Amino acid sequence: MSNEGVIYRISGPVVTATGMNAAMYDVVRVGNEGLMGEVIELHGDKAVIQVYEDTSGIRPGEPVLNTEETLSVSLGPGLLTQIYDGIQRPLATLEEVMGVFITRGVDADAFDLEKKWTFEAKVAKGDELASGQVIGHVQETETIVHKIMVPPGKSGKVKSIKSGDFNVTETVCTLDDGTELQMMQKWPVRSPRPFRQKYAPDTPLVTGMRILDFLFPLAKGGAAGIPGPFGSGKTVTQQSLAKYSDAQLVVYIGCGERGNEMTEVLDEFPHLIDPNTGKPLMNRTVMIANTSNMPVAAREASVYTGITIAEYFRDMGYDVALMADSTSRWAEAMREISSRLEEMPGEEGYPAYLSSRIAEFYERAGRVETLNGDDGSVTVIGAVSPPGGDISEPVSQGTLRIVKVFWGLDAGLARQRHFPAINWLNSYSLYPQSLDQWFRDNIAQDFPEIRTQVSGLLQIEAELQEIVQLVGSDALPVDQQLTLEVARMIREFFLQQNGFHEVDAYCDINLQYKMAKAILAFQDSAKSAMASGAQLNDVVNVQSRTDLMRGRFEKGYIDEIDEMVKKMTDEVASTVEGN
Amino acid sequence: MSGKEYRTITDVKGPLVFLNKTEPVAFGEIVTIRLADGSIKNGQVLDTSDELVIVQVFEGTAKINRESGVTFMGDVFKLPVSTELVGRILDGAGRPRDGGPSIVAEENADIIGAAINPYSRQSPHDFIQTGISAIDCCTTLVRGQKLPIFSASGLPHNDIALQIARQAKLKDSDEEFIVVFCAMGITAEEYNFFRSDLERTGALENAVLFVNLADDPAVERIITPRLALTAAEYLAFEKDYHVLVIYTDMTNYCDALRQIGAAREEVPGRRGYPGYMYTDLAMLYERAGIVKGKKGSITQFPILTMPGDDITHPIPDLSGYITEGQIVISRELHQQGIYPPINVLPSLSRLMGSCIGEKTTREDHKSVSDQMYAAYAQGRELRGLVAIVGEDALNERDKQLLDFSGVFEDKFLRQTRDEDRSIDETLDLCWTLMASIDTKYLVRLDQKWIEKYHPENKE
Repeated sequence: MSNEGVIYRISGPVVTATGMNAAMYDVVRVGNEGLMGEVIELHGDKAVIQVYEDTSGIRPGEPVLNTEETLSVSLGPGLLTQIYDGIQRPLATLEEVMGVFITRGVDADAFDLEKKWTFEAKVAKGDELASGQVIGHVQETETIVHKIMVPPGKSGKVKSIKSGDFNVTETVCTLDDGTELQMMQKWPVRSPRPFRQKYAPDTPLVTGMRILDFLFPLAKGGAAGIPGPFGSGKTVTQQSLAKYSDAQLVVYIGCGERGNEMTEVLDEFPHLIDPNTGKPLMNRTVMIANTSNMPVAAREASVYTGITIAEYFRDMGYDVALMADSTSRWAEAMREISSRLEEMPGEEGYPAYLSSRIAEFYERAGRVETLNGDDGSVTVIGAVSPPGGDISEPVSQGTLRIVKVFWGLDAGLARQRHFPAINWLNSYSLYPQSLDQWFRDNIAQDFPEIRTQVSGLLQIEAELQEIVQLVGSDALPVDQQLTLEVARMIREFFLQQNGFHEVDAYCDINLQYKMAKAILAFQDSAKSAMASGAQLNDVVNVQSRTDLMRGRFEKGYIDEIDEMVKKMTDEVASTVEGN
Repeated sequence: MSGKEYRTITDVKGPLVFLNKTEPVAFGEIVTIRLADGSIKNGQVLDTSDELVIVQVFEGTAKINRESGVTFMGDVFKLPVSTELVGRILDGAGRPRDGGPSIVAEENADIIGAAINPYSRQSPHDFIQTGISAIDCCTTLVRGQKLPIFSASGLPHNDIALQIARQAKLKDSDEEFIVVFCAMGITAEEYNFFRSDLERTGALENAVLFVNLADDPAVERIITPRLALTAAEYLAFEKDYHVLVIYTDMTNYCDALRQIGAAREEVPGRRGYPGYMYTDLAMLYERAGIVKGKKGSITQFPILTMPGDDITHPIPDLSGYITEGQIVISRELHQQGIYPPINVLPSLSRLMGSCIGEKTTREDHKSVSDQMYAAYAQGRELRGLVAIVGEDALNERDKQLLDFSGVFEDKFLRQTRDEDRSIDETLDLCWTLMASIDTKYLVRLDQKWIEKYHPENKE
């Protein structure tokens, strides 16, 4: 047996080869054009291969070459600002080589191997190095220092190390045992990168979206699922998170989604400014775009490629956020390949191992102590596209079992143009308890209590609405009518947020707190005014309240809101005198 | 062409032919099958190995027996393309159907079509004015978009598609579209309706028709849209045309896909449709767009009829996940006699944000469209309430919203089949209609637009 075999059978993206010495997950080159593939099953002499490119025109008898490596990504300076396909080929390079349409058989380096980076050594001759230890820094973009680490599994005493300009394949450090270290390392995508230990998350990932930060916060190192039917705003939510969340690095995976939408992201991101650093957003972003019509096997690989890159930056001590849009397309890729393998299907034709694969993927999120002793995290936010919006289907259920935050998108809200269309009644976050201390220390002592009051009002509104549906709102006592008004204010003023508005798209967490307080201030002043004889209609229609609500679209709102609230409460109080 | 003819057919099942002991056959290779009477059928390789080859036959497998001769043509399916295609009518397999000569190829294009590199796409931003208020205001169409019509049997989706084909133009421009029309399993009557309308308006000269009718082989439907899109790509990206592709009916296409899946004994997904239907549909829909460095564009208008008016059925569901929005036709509105019966609430255009506003349509467009939506949605909801408690139980705000929902349908949605409203007319109409609601309830409108456009302030 050699590392070269021949094709025996071709069925779509699945190719069977014979006469080849192969191990599971070996990367192979298929056919005369050398298409990239991965061994996914062995039957005696036959190796079943999933091919990452279109297989039309390939014939039995063509050669298959085993590279005897597993599917790996290249990690090193040059990753940031890149846009990759599912198997880490830069789309810009593909365009140079193939033109605007993606053809096949082209291999491309993940980043420029010739470019010189300025390496600044952080250890000295004679130092004892452990796996994962940082040996030097490279200023990769304006905002991000790329830390060069000893690859996991290697260690020893430094024999020589030098600062200076190097490309990623030149040796920068030699160990006593002769091991040479370069700035680039490889890591197999299907294995999680090692770390010392996992911590419980205690810091929120601040996203600038009021409903998320305030009501259903996600922790750095946590995992969230966003299921929703088409048109409910999954992609817009994911993109807002990629733009505004306060992670230091963002890995965005467009997995089996629309080409035009990816292009929008690709067009928009280079022009956007990170609200947290004031620098271009692309400087902290790695993108993976494997659209729905690109090869299905590469779609399956794309989430692993993405999370491995995320883990690599985590190991440098960064907080990384990973968005996967959409994990359902990834699951469908698994289903498609599984059915070509004629595996016994589980629920709805998905393979029986679906839920364990989903769990393994989300389990790669977490806040950890890195091998270098730093604190780093990977936060995973996965969109789910359940057929017909029905989340009883296997992908949604597999996701909900593992994630701690559920942001449920609702077609009904989307239809009313209530965006983000996140249903406040069925969404949940299991993190508040571990994050409340952070909110108390950094925003306001009573932050959790204010949150409870706001969500309580929404709950009461839902109950009152049921009665209103039967008897009409005029039949309710006035205090309950006021509650409905306050809840409407929460919905229209606080929960709704225009992701495309230059000001409203990002809301500072301190402002969020002030806005919530403003609503409660209205409720309190209205209650006391009405107790002194004011009419509900007059109270509700005070002009200063409308001004307060419209103000959120203006710059500098955070400086003026206190003043506006005071004006509103004064005007509400003055309605008593009118009677 | 490679000449060797095989007589090694072992099994024939539905649209599939199985044969063994051949030379190495390429995956996706084109096959001809010669019957005893000399007639020829065409097919394509679906699965190939040293021992067994599975061929999918486009024209149906009637009369194929173990004596039939099978020849492998050594190449994948290609369509001869040239600008001569414009003005022609072809059948579902790309042969002339209008009695004209065969197409002289400028090149032979692979019908599967390669994926456009997302990095090489240009994001669509040119507003297409369709002259239909509901679409222009609420689900704005953009050049390079794929926007399906979700309809159901018995609804006037064909009229709407034709009206769009007729009226679609860029604002302040006379640039016309080339229409590529692709019929999949529709009736001869529907086809004649399309054809005569295109003829009447003279659009036929600027159109290419690919026609697979209800009595044509079902399996052929798998390739018909691919031929149409290949022609569209050639015209758009090689010849700089702006192409509007209308295909109807996607439901028939998906049923053909299911038929082949069943014949191959594949594990079915939902409702018996194959698990790879999402990818398969994406391979069609994603062939819309604009690419860097090319002048032309492809805009797609797929029409699909939702079985049982069910939007969660796999066909509309998977389509909705791929296309950039949808226009939903409502039976309820149709029965009220409103044309076009577009239900704007579940309708959506995902690319709308990039093509509306000051530079393209009008500065107040976004604000107006949001407010129209919201007011109509609330008004519609109140109708349910009124049925229980009566109109008297409503407060002032709710009464106004309820009345507005009626006006919205009667004045805004309703227009005639040849009424071509400009975007300014549409937006002005919106302001006139919204004036019936007290301004303080119009919370979605920016204050500055109220000052500028509200009829009260205009005088």
